[in-house]
Amino acid sequence: MAGNEHIDPNELESAGPVREEPAAAREADIADETSLDDLDVEPMYINIGPTHPATHGTFRVFCKLDGERIAKAAVEIGYLHRGFEKTVETKTYALVIPYTDRLNYCSGLVNNVGYCKAVERLLGVTITPRTEIIRVIICEIQRIMDHLICVGANLVDIGALTNFWYFFNAREKLNDVLEALTGARLTYSYVRVGGLAWDLPKGFEQNVREALKTVPKAIRDVEGLVKKNRIFVDRARDIGAIGAADAVSYGFTGPCLRASGVNHDLRRKKPYYHYDEFDFDVVIGERGDVYDRVFVRVEEMKQSLRIVEQALKILPGGPINIDDKNVVLPEKQRVYSSMEELINHFKLIIEGVKVPPGEVYDAIEAPNGELGFYIVSDGSGKPYRIKVRPPCFYLMNGLKKLIEGHMVADIVAILAGLNIIAGELDR
Amino acid sequence: MKDLDSIIEQVEQRFGEAVEASDRPFGDAVLTVGRTRVRDVLSHLKEQGFDLLLDIGGVDGLHLGRRERFELVYNLYALESDLRLRVKVFVPESDMTVPTVSDLWMSANWAEREAYDMFGFVFAGHPNLVRILCHREFVGHALRKDYPIMKGQWATGTSDLRPDLERE
Repeated sequence: MAGNEHIDPNELESAGPVREEPAAAREADIADETSLDDLDVEPMYINIGPTHPATHGTFRVFCKLDGERIAKAAVEIGYLHRGFEKTVETKTYALVIPYTDRLNYCSGLVNNVGYCKAVERLLGVTITPRTEIIRVIICEIQRIMDHLICVGANLVDIGALTNFWYFFNAREKLNDVLEALTGARLTYSYVRVGGLAWDLPKGFEQNVREALKTVPKAIRDVEGLVKKNRIFVDRARDIGAIGAADAVSYGFTGPCLRASGVNHDLRRKKPYYHYDEFDFDVVIGERGDVYDRVFVRVEEMKQSLRIVEQALKILPGGPINIDDKNVVLPEKQRVYSSMEELINHFKLIIEGVKVPPGEVYDAIEAPNGELGFYIVSDGSGKPYRIKVRPPCFYLMNGLKKLIEGHMVADIVAILAGLNIIAGELDR
Repeated sequence: MKDLDSIIEQVEQRFGEAVEASDRPFGDAVLTVGRTRVRDVLSHLKEQGFDLLLDIGGVDGLHLGRRERFELVYNLYALESDLRLRVKVFVPESDMTVPTVSDLWMSANWAEREAYDMFGFVFAGHPNLVRILCHREFVGHALRKDYPIMKGQWATGTSDLRPDLERE
């Protein structure tokens, strides 16, 4: 403002506060503005999606606008519905694993682990200590990779392109590590019921340590660019805010729930795979807005780095698969040389693992929140029913509440901050 | 916050015969509740601290030979005490009406829409009970065991979402 220094401060005070809180200012704005109902005009309706680049998949947000503000919104999903739950009813338990990769395709290994853990619980088997720690390592690497995508894409959606490159350099290194381990870069299918597909390759620990060195640097670079960046703060602070009570009611889990200030992390609250023995902090936000959701994820990456480091230190030796012929395939060498092993191999492939009848719900802390599998078994080699509890589905349910009252441009920022993965959302 | 046993005991005492069974398969606590009282039981459980409704899943027990064909499973979590509880309801094919809980938990809104879409459960009192994953022109319910897996349907229209703006 030109000539600011000539204004008498007393005069300013009498004229009321110079700078209001942004939220309060916005409310005052709304109150002052002539609303749509006062004017004799048709309301304007717009569609965001289903093929908008910022939707990260395909779904549709239908908005009724009041000026540039969203008065009402409706969300339509299902564009990527491939019938996961129907398809897996016709597959054996082992054949479901590649399908789980295609749920949250930004962190396929976590889905593998979640599914196999649920089946193992139904089978009543305990996996070996080495496999437990390997699963922790791959899950945490995937959590970092998932958060790198989410935060990188969130920033790029609101115009901060450089951060995307910084994060994807680091992600590329991690991708190389997983490629050396699993042979794939997106749909890994590495975990098996009762163990893993194969053991770690030579030099894996060293490769992980090398690759993880790039992550703190990327985080430092990005934090330096956006943490106090006025443009970013204006676009993210108090945008799409949701309080703790509402977030719980909407069924939010994971980083989005923690950003609203709820201390809930299954790795701490319902520890599995010795997570209670690892030293890490559960990151909690305060306001539950886009800014908090971004930085809860950034801080979680730092915690995941700590977990991987500790896990590499205590990684025990020993077998990776349980010693149970009814669950795990026999070694190839023995299949070729022994009749019994060949029959066993054949039966397991054709008929599948015989899981005792019953039903179980098992959940793990996926990068997006609680990923649960409710499995009903009828005693055959194929699951009778698998109900996936995808964290995205409930985040997306809350989107309507988050965007109403905000500007059209804020949809993109809010949407990306929730980390909606359409594969998991629509199944 | 009380432990799980006392909560279950309390529910059994308060709702009497509406609680049909209580068991612990694989260590998970499961309450089986009568269809008409499920809303009251869930409402009571919410007051007892089960503030997170994680999921509502349907099961078509056509080949399971259970008492009724359909089952609805509510997955609850208590954030303060870290307890899990499943509430199960048997639903007969002849009358698939179940009272809604979408006013108790916002998460139930879409969860119930999905259960309706996939199995045909009718949630009485739901503000916007329309299909969510399948196309709105889809006929039948895809996850029912008697829906043939290879049966495709042509559904090409664009849904008019204007009524949805005012609902929910």
